[in-house]
Amino acid sequence: MGEYITILIGIILVNNYVLAQFLGICPFLGVSKKLDSAVGMGVAVIFVMVLATAATYPIQMLLNDLNIGYLQTIVFILIIAALVQFVEMALKKFIPSLHKALGVYLPLITTNCAVLGVCINNIDSGYNYMQSLVNSFGAGVGFLLAMVIFSGMRSKLEGNDKIPAPFQGVPITMTSAAILSLAFMGFGGLV
Amino acid sequence: MSEIMIPVLLVVAMGFVFAVILTIASKIFFVPVDETVTNLRAELPGANCGACGFAGCDDYAAALAADPSIGANKCPVGGADVAAKLAAILGIDAGSTEPQVAVVMCNGNAQAAKKLMEYQGLSTCTAAKQLFGGDNMCPYGCLGLGDCEAACAYDAIHVCDGVAVVNRDACVGCGVCAKTCPNHVIRIAPAKNKVVVQCHSKDSGAKTRKACTNGCIACKKCEKVCKFEAIKVEDNHAMIDPEKCKNCGLCAKECPTGAINNMRAKRKPAASSAPASSAPAAEEAKEA
Repeated sequence: MGEYITILIGIILVNNYVLAQFLGICPFLGVSKKLDSAVGMGVAVIFVMVLATAATYPIQMLLNDLNIGYLQTIVFILIIAALVQFVEMALKKFIPSLHKALGVYLPLITTNCAVLGVCINNIDSGYNYMQSLVNSFGAGVGFLLAMVIFSGMRSKLEGNDKIPAPFQGVPITMTSAAILSLAFMGFGGLV
Repeated sequence: MSEIMIPVLLVVAMGFVFAVILTIASKIFFVPVDETVTNLRAELPGANCGACGFAGCDDYAAALAADPSIGANKCPVGGADVAAKLAAILGIDAGSTEPQVAVVMCNGNAQAAKKLMEYQGLSTCTAAKQLFGGDNMCPYGCLGLGDCEAACAYDAIHVCDGVAVVNRDACVGCGVCAKTCPNHVIRIAPAKNKVVVQCHSKDSGAKTRKACTNGCIACKKCEKVCKFEAIKVEDNHAMIDPEKCKNCGLCAKECPTGAINNMRAKRKPAASSAPASSAPAAEEAKEA
């Protein structure tokens, strides 16, 4: 149990995918304007990351057996894209409310580098199947955390007339993202 | 050979398997769409302009099918025809649709409006606006680089002689130009109001006069001449109450600068004294 907690803390706080490893920056900046859409995106990412890891881990074993590990990236992208499409159709049929809640974010995640990154990192870190799943879940939670914190910051920045004119909009968003990232460096060495 | 064939075959096989699975899944997980939505969507014009308040025609059709009480008259593009058809499908009352058009609140053409500089940057209003608020001396005026013209799906707004001019016959009142304009010069108003104030400068009369000979100087002559109390000067420019205005056009005749224009009458050359203005003015009159 202890090792899972270590993995979770490590991936959520210390090696946060967005703020420490700089993966998935696009949705982090694009979808963090409002809290509810940030939460929607974050939940969808958790969901897809765990599913993608569950599907790609056995495939990696197959690739290793055939000695074609270099196909990892292209095969993983193929699997993630197909999986997300499949899940979207299934959700639309069986859980329309969840499908509506995840909305456009589900297909958006298909080509998110954070999802591919977590799948590849699981293999590279030498985790077993269960550890991989926990790590993916933690990575998703870390993403959600970063999104929620940042959407809170952006709601303060939005329409704030104390920001000097040259910094309004994108510049102040980038700057505050950098400061948030610096703050997360404080967790370095925790695990 | 096998080093190449195995990976190639593997990826091709995976692609094929996924394609088969997804095809089967799309059949199994097929969700029948409500027929009402399809029918409603077929009647909508498909402009996806968002003037109804929904994300597009698909969204409006879905929302309308789910809750007919939101009204079948939300589509300004289709107008009364479409509203009647939608209402017939849903079996509800069509409600009234008042046709609307875009109104450009600026008459500062190339002769009337003074320029601060010669703008040579990217030829869009948005870019010009970011450079010290545009090249006009009047910060409220039309930048005349045609962002609205590019955005209009109905070919109803054109830049003539440095100012945007609406073709009121072609305009459907979707409001895309009003959203596009970085200077907020365009508003959407009822089409029945044919007399419009084509200036919205909030600066004092003297300052406006310096920047543009066609600007409203808030002299209040129009207020005095109006028999219906429909026109008021607020924020240093005249404003017409669309409910009270009877389109008599007295204010347009009285206006000393040409800030108020009667879209019903044949447009006279703008009050600007420059002789070159007669050609474009004639062109504008044709459109008006």
